[in-house]
Amino acid sequence: MIGRLLLLLSILLLAGCAAPQRVILLPAPDGKVGAVDVTSAAGKQRVDSAYGGVNVSQQGQISSFATDSAGVEREYGPLLAARPRRPVSFVVYFQSGSSSELTPESTAVVQSVLAELEQRAAPELIVTGHTDAVGTDEFNDRLALERAQTVVEFLRHNGINAKQIEAVGRGKREPAVRTADRVAEQANRRVEITIR
Amino acid sequence: MRGTRLRGALFLALGIALGSFVTCAAAQDVAGMVKNLKGQAQLDRAGKSQPVRVGDSLMEGDQVSTGADSSIGIVLRDDTLLAAGAKSTLLINRFAFNATTHEGRLDSTVKRGTLAVISGKIAHANPDAVQFGTNTMTLGVRGTEFIIDAGDQP
Repeated sequence: MIGRLLLLLSILLLAGCAAPQRVILLPAPDGKVGAVDVTSAAGKQRVDSAYGGVNVSQQGQISSFATDSAGVEREYGPLLAARPRRPVSFVVYFQSGSSSELTPESTAVVQSVLAELEQRAAPELIVTGHTDAVGTDEFNDRLALERAQTVVEFLRHNGINAKQIEAVGRGKREPAVRTADRVAEQANRRVEITIR
Repeated sequence: MRGTRLRGALFLALGIALGSFVTCAAAQDVAGMVKNLKGQAQLDRAGKSQPVRVGDSLMEGDQVSTGADSSIGIVLRDDTLLAAGAKSTLLINRFAFNATTHEGRLDSTVKRGTLAVISGKIAHANPDAVQFGTNTMTLGVRGTEFIIDAGDQP
């Protein structure tokens, strides 16, 4: 009887003392630090410093802590090493007003794309077309997609045969250089080739 | 008058039918791809279990579990990078992404173990559209990199 009570007590204690869950914020490679908002049954807390973190108990109690790069590496080294390689992008430009003629310098990108593809186990190519702010949204969405498809053809023609190639048109939504509407801008008539 | 109301009801019904069709179509979308794997991982999809291999596509609703001394790296279609550590279980509750507008939705649960996250284009366009959770907390993401440790769970 006492044995059973002790067993029950230890189970309860263990449950109560279960390791807390945690969140740790990491800086981006360029040093930038974002933020996460952690919400539990018992409260809410924002984490916004590099290597800052919170413990969250099974009951939802939130408490802050701080660690450093060495501490994170010690505890989560294998996890961080398992993160997929970051996507890499190359940009090619179009001759003015054209959805088919690349600038001469842009053709050199093929070698870089090939080299990057060889680094990856299951690579995908995402080819994203952009326009400047001349023309309607519908026109620019279509032009952006045409530019992307032109580059996909160009890559295929140059011996790039990734199994997964996707053409995307972003229209004028993501200019490299901000301009007023209806302004022609060479730097925005571009296609981004992303390997991930 | 009655004709108008009838037509209105018809349009409403058609709208609902189309709406549910679109939802179904979205559920079939690919959410991401397995990029690296160490040791063993298992994919649970629609009640069936299968081993995971590099290059496999993941869909909304998929659950991935890793074994001891194992880890897996996943890239979602919006460039969100995920890594799950040993003895971890990750559920992709919801994923939708429009590559043209960057609108979408990412909702994922770490049922046990560890997950490293580098947020992607959905979070960049609309932080409120991305949520990660465990059984005791939810995380709102403000464009960033972080680790979630949900510990050993039964």
